[in-house]
Amino acid sequence: MSSKIKWIVPLLLIAMLTACGGGGGAEEEEGVFRVAVIMPSAINDLAFSQSMYDALIATQEEMGGPESMELVYSESMFVVDDAAAAIRDYASQGYDLVIAHGSQYGSSLREIAPDFPETSFAHGTTVDTFVDEGIENVFAYDAASDQGGYVNGVIAGLLTESNVIGVIGPIETGDAKLYVDGFVAGVASVNPEAVVNVNYIGSFSDVALATEAANTHIAAGADVLTGSAQMVVGAIGVAEANGVYWLGTQSSQTSLAPSIVVANQVYDWTVVLDQIIELNRAGTYGGTAYRITLENEGLVIDFNPDLDLPADVQAAANDTIQGIIDGSITVDIGE
Amino acid sequence: MISELFSATVLIGIIASGIRLATPYLYAAIGETFGQRSGVLNLGVEGQMLLGAFAAFYVAFTTGNLWLGLLAAAVVGALMGLAMAFVSVTLHAEQGISGIGFYLFGLGVSDLLFQRMLGTVETVNGFQPIYIRGLSDLPVLGRILFSQNILVYGAFVLVPIAWFVLNKTTLGLKIRAVGENPQAADSLGVSVNRVRYFTVTLGGVLSGIAGASLSIALLNVFQQNLTSGLGFIAVALVYFGGWRPAGVLLGALLFSMVNSLQLWVQVLGIPVPSDIAVMMPYVLTIVALILTVQRVRSPSALSKPFQREG
Repeated sequence: MSSKIKWIVPLLLIAMLTACGGGGGAEEEEGVFRVAVIMPSAINDLAFSQSMYDALIATQEEMGGPESMELVYSESMFVVDDAAAAIRDYASQGYDLVIAHGSQYGSSLREIAPDFPETSFAHGTTVDTFVDEGIENVFAYDAASDQGGYVNGVIAGLLTESNVIGVIGPIETGDAKLYVDGFVAGVASVNPEAVVNVNYIGSFSDVALATEAANTHIAAGADVLTGSAQMVVGAIGVAEANGVYWLGTQSSQTSLAPSIVVANQVYDWTVVLDQIIELNRAGTYGGTAYRITLENEGLVIDFNPDLDLPADVQAAANDTIQGIIDGSITVDIGE
Repeated sequence: MISELFSATVLIGIIASGIRLATPYLYAAIGETFGQRSGVLNLGVEGQMLLGAFAAFYVAFTTGNLWLGLLAAAVVGALMGLAMAFVSVTLHAEQGISGIGFYLFGLGVSDLLFQRMLGTVETVNGFQPIYIRGLSDLPVLGRILFSQNILVYGAFVLVPIAWFVLNKTTLGLKIRAVGENPQAADSLGVSVNRVRYFTVTLGGVLSGIAGASLSIALLNVFQQNLTSGLGFIAVALVYFGGWRPAGVLLGALLFSMVNSLQLWVQVLGIPVPSDIAVMMPYVLTIVALILTVQRVRSPSALSKPFQREG
């Protein structure tokens, strides 16, 4: 067999795969608002990417369906270089708004945005719009995830009987760290006796290690668990198997284990999207940094309706939410 | 706080976690050992695991039958193995590159099927820990050794079986001969291609089961890129283990125990930065690799396609 064949087969395999990716784009129509979004993980990850996807679908519905707002997405763009290529593609296809859903895409936006001054770009979670560098068409968005973390912490601090609570985080940074720090502060505010064990597994995708981290917390005596990012799905199953409470964040995780998920801090980006679209239509293409909070209803605490939470815990949670909204409670995460 | 590390709860916890974490590595790395001993390097293990994990999960989710799920993982793994064998043995393709191709294939297709056929993260009621009367109640040992699920036991039973097949049977002799000196084996009437087809397909079956051990026994969910690099670590463990099942076992246990140790280090609040803690298993593996590679020789014909001379 010729030596060329040796290379052709694997190359074909790879070519087949690359051909599978990528979405098409329609010609621009008058009046249709066209949005493209780059997701770091799958749109149905029950976490960060899904929170944005759900908000985009809700916004599309609000605006009157696909006839009024066109939506295309590229998911699982964990390679930043690939994401940059996709961002440029979408921008050159004339999309009105290109969302890069991850702070890791920031430097790509900084490069690409000046080439497309009529296109709005948005990225998060970050506060950096690059407006100080003279770039005027980038929006930024961020989540005050410490607020919901604090509320979840209050619930956990009141529910725990062993006074040991376990936290599974991805990497000690961004909105995950903010959530965890808020959670620890929330527990301390109602139950200073409780020990909160925090475990960062060093990955956003290692489901196996996150699951074993849950086993470890339970072996260490934890009877309430929480965790941030998309790799916690297996950990929720461990909590369920051991009859241990779970508090979720980013998206609602109740469907995974209705018997033990108490409440979820849900990111609802529609408030941000509404304002970005409004500004874009008025001719402002960027420059503003948004932050979703409990007050502007970008953060929502979603209680599991099928779980009977003790009345005093429910009341304390409601009071905490109210207190954060009216400013009587400030989440002090000691930065 | 450091002293807490040596309490019974923690030591039991570390070992029990380590045993669970080692399970998928064992299936995948033992499978890969067969392939490499016969001279075929398959870097597509991760892709085979992903498709196996999805197949097992999907079948178990829709039929409620875990054994059917396991069977599906084995069949899908076998098909992936056969395809790899066709490309690397029959077509003589460069093995490293085609393995990467199969990895990407498994990654993409498992995600596509997941999106189309499930649409969201679901859970199954996976293989449960087996309670063995008497043994499971033993102090310490009971909780470490006798309260795991069937696929965990299977992985550890596989090690002596693999050793026996490789070292004490005619088939094992043929596999080793084909991996060391395929020309000589061929001249003695051993079909090099047939042996390699067998080992690579067997490797696929075991990788598929490795995936199933995650999706329907240990994690009980399927998510995009569920294996997250485990398959590549399994390939590294084959080198680490010096192409011997016992060495692979040692490597898998060491890596997994250090990983569960670092989980405990963080849980106990021992002041080590999390970034440093999560590096521990990898650093240790690299150090151990450096120390072992110097004294163990790889199969001579590893990653060399076989072509009859003349």
